[in-house]
Amino acid sequence: MCEDCGCGDANLVPLDVQVRILSKNDQQAQHNREHFVEAGVLAINLMGSPGAGKTALLEATARELKGRLRLGAVSGDLATDRDAQRLIKAGIPSEAITTGNACHLDADMVHDSLHHLKWRETDIFFIENVGNLVCPAVYDLGQAVNVVALAVTEGEDKPLKYPVMFRGADLVVLTKTDLLPHLDFQLDALKEGLARVMPVPKMIEVCAKTGAGIDEWVRWLEAHRPKPGEKAVVPQAHAHKHEPAHSHTHDGHTHSHEHDHAHPHEHHHAHGDGHSHGHRR
Amino acid sequence: MHEYSIVQSLIDQVELQATRAGAVGVHTLTVQIGESSGVDAGLLKTAFDTFREKTICAKAELLIERVAVQWECPKCGEPPKPNGPLRCATCEVPVKLTAGSEIILSRLELEVADHV
Repeated sequence: MCEDCGCGDANLVPLDVQVRILSKNDQQAQHNREHFVEAGVLAINLMGSPGAGKTALLEATARELKGRLRLGAVSGDLATDRDAQRLIKAGIPSEAITTGNACHLDADMVHDSLHHLKWRETDIFFIENVGNLVCPAVYDLGQAVNVVALAVTEGEDKPLKYPVMFRGADLVVLTKTDLLPHLDFQLDALKEGLARVMPVPKMIEVCAKTGAGIDEWVRWLEAHRPKPGEKAVVPQAHAHKHEPAHSHTHDGHTHSHEHDHAHPHEHHHAHGDGHSHGHRR
Repeated sequence: MHEYSIVQSLIDQVELQATRAGAVGVHTLTVQIGESSGVDAGLLKTAFDTFREKTICAKAELLIERVAVQWECPKCGEPPKPNGPLRCATCEVPVKLTAGSEIILSRLELEVADHV
């Protein structure tokens, strides 16, 4: 710009970057994922509106799986540890993550909470996200699967109104089905809505209070547990650009190198048995 | 309003890239936001205007490129029917999202001091 007069104004230099804004969270999430997979723990990101029945679903799960599988949980809320206390009472070792003002959990919060729990001694580890149908969908936590709890009282139009949340779900658990006789809830419309936002729509209807459908939910959980031989396989959550990008300046021009191989497929890397990761901090 | 935490990550990324490039300032930054990314472009702009003070982005212009949602059949490449199920009617398999989930810092225009 100002090579002529020498006034000292800066030159403008374009730089191609192409990096995911949340790449730091993605890296931490992948670190969490490696831990869960290496320990043979099924990690579940349980999302849904406030009052959808996430905690009640876990209480019912604990009743059903008592003595069969070891459960653990972290529970995110803006304030109070009430959900974690409920889960502990139900027999699930739990830790509260109070987020203050944050409307979602992120991979760092989950990682920090793991230090307070014997999560390696669990078979299924639930990450009960902050009640919210928007923000939690954006953050990878290192989970193996996403489950969205939807109460019949919320209405059948929620998938079409909050498509990003439902698009990422591996399973929708329809809760409080004992209330269906009192509502004008259109089950077919819900199924049609799910098919329009989920490429592979899957829904299980449950009632935590009566226990209806909890057996089917538990079978789904068991089917998603890592098989013994698969312990060391770490799936990549989604296509993403690999760090590190680096750039340098010489002779007045700048360029950047991005290792730019987006993976449209799942890719795996295996660790031998007994391999363990050191914590970064 | 997770856009605030997205902006925090965005400014951190820009600072990292600018430092690596030895820049003295940032003139413009361009981000790509997919229409099905879960990030609202308007809220992102508001959050950026709130948080950029006293950062390397204080005087930078934020350009937001919206990316339309695109679904494709993994077999034949055709999109599904609009407002219908996310399945290919011909191949009878679930379609894949090929665009529209981007939350990407794509370009920077950096201010680099003149070499004398």
